[in-house]
Amino acid sequence: MSGVRVLVGTRKGAFVLTADGTRKDWQVDGPFWGGWEMYHLKGSPADPNRIYASQSTGWHGQLIQRSDDGGKTWTPVGNDFSYATVPGTHQWYDGTPHPWEFARVWHLEPSLTDPDTVYAGVEDAALFRSVDGGQSWQELPGLREHGSGPHWQPGAGGMCLHTIILDPSDAERMFIAISAAGTFRTNDGGKSWQPINRGLQSQGIPDPEAEVGHCVHHVAMHPSRPDTLFMQKHWDVMRSDDGGDNWREVSGNLPTDFGFVIDVHAHEPETIYVVPIKSDLEHYPLDGKLQVFRSRSGGNDWEPLTNGLPQSNCYVNVLRDAMSVDGLDDSGIYFGTTGGQVYCSPDGGDTWSAIVRDLPAVLSVEVQTLP
Amino acid sequence: MSTVRVVLPGHLRTLAHVGAEVSLDVADPPTLGGVVEAVEAAYPVLRGTIRDQATGKRRSFVRYFACNTDLSHEPPETPLPDPVVSGAEPFMVVGAMAGG
Repeated sequence: MSGVRVLVGTRKGAFVLTADGTRKDWQVDGPFWGGWEMYHLKGSPADPNRIYASQSTGWHGQLIQRSDDGGKTWTPVGNDFSYATVPGTHQWYDGTPHPWEFARVWHLEPSLTDPDTVYAGVEDAALFRSVDGGQSWQELPGLREHGSGPHWQPGAGGMCLHTIILDPSDAERMFIAISAAGTFRTNDGGKSWQPINRGLQSQGIPDPEAEVGHCVHHVAMHPSRPDTLFMQKHWDVMRSDDGGDNWREVSGNLPTDFGFVIDVHAHEPETIYVVPIKSDLEHYPLDGKLQVFRSRSGGNDWEPLTNGLPQSNCYVNVLRDAMSVDGLDDSGIYFGTTGGQVYCSPDGGDTWSAIVRDLPAVLSVEVQTLP
Repeated sequence: MSTVRVVLPGHLRTLAHVGAEVSLDVADPPTLGGVVEAVEAAYPVLRGTIRDQATGKRRSFVRYFACNTDLSHEPPETPLPDPVVSGAEPFMVVGAMAGG
């Protein structure tokens, strides 16, 4: 029987949760690298036994770990993330120039076809690639050197490149997102980039419709529709149907359209999920009720999903990389909270239960669907 | 060549799969920079965890102590204290006191 493996990154280590296709009985392994911040772990679509993990602390910096056996054993690989060219400055929170400095890897995106190729999105914002299984990393400097770079500014969590989407229909095309610069697309394998933020409106910048400067929290795409992108912005849930050239708001009847995560059902390209958060000042659910909202129409019409989720006194957050979907016939939806819970719905969001309840604050959740 | 005792902080011991203290050969003349180079040569996984790989600058949350003295801000060419060179005292790589 097929099964799932959920890779959970937390503030104090990583955990691997496994179950068969019923997703009822779970084995919990970990913590791996206890005490370290595990921003992200992700498996290769081309070889599910190949998993990459981002390990860091403020004390000792960045490491990358690699597993070739599905997470049983790990080997540290390359951790030299030197910018390819002398980095200049970006905007600091107060608008003054601030030197570009590497801090950590936020997101690892393995190639769709080659287990040895993996992309890394880092803070301060840049995109790196390894083609040797993580042993060495080379920056794709065309992004950082886009003319708008000096106008990028950090979000509250730092100036992070947190989203990398590879187009399954075009190996030369990918999308990335940066807080707080916005979304960018390359059509030539990362050599050159263009901002794709037309239609976004952000009140925290001098020109609400500026080309860059938007605090995009996360972007998701269904692999069968690479021109359709869904975005959870700082405020506003957005949608594009032309590869990011134009965006329109689809927040619709959401009770609040602030949030971090957004994801798409594995088999229904118009079914999307968000977890509304009260506001940019109060990073917890509205009224103490943890609610996932689902739209079956690609936005605008949303329904709350609450069965199995706490509906009183819940004040956790769900961070941008902490939602994932599996590819089983009845697609499972997963998310982790800053309170240490990892929830699973084995039926597309209708019912939920906690796989674990007391982990350190969850930074990221990725699920692998196993043969 | 001098054999120097080095004490590593907990996270780095785990990474390097070593105990609280290791003994390393340090090229003559034994210096502050030389002992850090010896640590990185013996345990490549620690490259970048004590000092920046590109600049060689000590990470800001890492400190160097020896003989009850803070050597964190001394230049890399600083000679190691005699008791460290003789093996009477260890060279200590310390994670700065900080919560979290």
